[in-house]
Amino acid sequence: MVLTAHTSSEIAGDSAIRLRGVTKAYDGRGVALGPIDLDVQRGEFISLLGPSGCGKSTALRIVAGLIAPTSGEVNVAGRDASAQTGRAIGFVFQEPTLMPWASVRDNVRLPLTLSGISRFDADRRVDDALARVGLSEFGAAFPRELSGGMKMRVSLARALVTEPDVLLLDEPFAALDEITRFRLNNDLLTLWHSLGKTIVFVTHSVFESVYLSQRVVVMTARPGRIHAEIKIDVAGRDENFRTSAEYAAYCRQASLALAQASDMKAVS
Amino acid sequence: MSGVATDAARGVPLSRGVISRIVLPFVVLALSIFAWHLVVSVNNIPPYVLPGPALVAETLIQDWPILWSSLLTTLLTTFEGFIAAAVGGIALALLFSQSKWLERALLPYAVILQVTPVIAIAPLLLIYLPQQTAVVACAWIVAFFPVLSNTTLGLNSVDRNLAGLFKLYGASRWQTLRYLKLPAALPYTLGGLRIAGGLSLIGAVVAEIAAGSAGSGSGLAYRIAESGYRLNIPRMFAALLLLSVAGVVIYMALALVSHLLLRRWHESALRKES
Repeated sequence: MVLTAHTSSEIAGDSAIRLRGVTKAYDGRGVALGPIDLDVQRGEFISLLGPSGCGKSTALRIVAGLIAPTSGEVNVAGRDASAQTGRAIGFVFQEPTLMPWASVRDNVRLPLTLSGISRFDADRRVDDALARVGLSEFGAAFPRELSGGMKMRVSLARALVTEPDVLLLDEPFAALDEITRFRLNNDLLTLWHSLGKTIVFVTHSVFESVYLSQRVVVMTARPGRIHAEIKIDVAGRDENFRTSAEYAAYCRQASLALAQASDMKAVS
Repeated sequence: MSGVATDAARGVPLSRGVISRIVLPFVVLALSIFAWHLVVSVNNIPPYVLPGPALVAETLIQDWPILWSSLLTTLLTTFEGFIAAAVGGIALALLFSQSKWLERALLPYAVILQVTPVIAIAPLLLIYLPQQTAVVACAWIVAFFPVLSNTTLGLNSVDRNLAGLFKLYGASRWQTLRYLKLPAALPYTLGGLRIAGGLSLIGAVVAEIAAGSAGSGSGLAYRIAESGYRLNIPRMFAALLLLSVAGVVIYMALALVSHLLLRRWHESALRKES
């Protein structure tokens, strides 16, 4: 692993995530990802869009520090990712990934418990996080008693409870029905507006990426590289935007880029 | 009208369930006791060959003081063996999960202990250990393996994403064990304990019979062996009956504990949706 030493002063002041020449290779399967260069500004909402198996989840996991890059340099919130304590990052998986044996409250409290915060101090923050996702009344419920959308909200609350600077979401709503997905999309936008977090959202849905993010990063597959970036420059995102001509135009642009990205894989 | 119809529709499968689960086994029991009684009385079989059910019941009541104290002895052995198996099995599984080296070094011997018939080990143990210790050791040998292998399976079945989440939040080894691995393994461990309960009774009985032939002991198995030598067949049946009941009660008690611990969250403890 080649890591160039960088002090935090060298990193641009408002860059929340910075990847430089990041690759990931697996034994016997060659390079799966990269090299990738990516900058995410503080408070920015970006989507990683790409076909299945293009390494976008791998990229997200590298940012989270869950897996180590084969080479390259990862900085999150001005720190080297290998020195992550996890408190600066909230991660939402494709599945709700809740502990089935623990109540909703205990699930949301988990990150605080793990960092040794007392139950008394944690309780207020748990209440807060549950209120943000609209689940205040379900603290005592067990995950299996909740619907898929509610489980995902619990997962979101758990990611928010540590008040992270950066929120990483790995196709979080892919398994939900469309109505629930739309509602959670809107809720996520509301959270983003009120909390001002940096959000990286991985998805394979063109419509979701255009609707949610300020910037769509389109990736190719095998190896996963950045193919194109599309800035989505709109003021208000609501149900009107979802049905507007502007939205349709952005979606067409993103779809084209995605198709090109997929073709490039076929050629190589 | 439709309300009545749904009530009736819901009522039928419920009562059918009750019939099949509770009433049916008792009907079979009553029928077999009656058949047993008929065979004995019609063929005039003498009680030292096959006693009738009435005589067995009479013996059970008459010999109750002896049988009861023997039952307590056997149950105590079973209980000690079970606790040793539970503690030993879970502790070994935890050790194995912390160190692959330990697992590779010790697992073959756990398997050897498991596959060697305990009836063959019991006489040796009785030579080297004090009798009560040897009997408990037998119960332990038979019962610890299902706990060990099930708990190991459970510890290895942790959801990968949850494990990743614990890593992300910088959980220590102890925290991962306490908050993730142990709860995840609980349903498997409980399954192992349920098997271990019955097995420790078997281990205790086997060891008692081995010990009994050496001339000492007072557990139920010893009573069975002793009654066999004296051709006291009704008492053999009475003791056997008590052993079976003890086994069933142990199983049911462990199933109940398992249900109470898992009922809020685990699939196995949930009612089926109809």
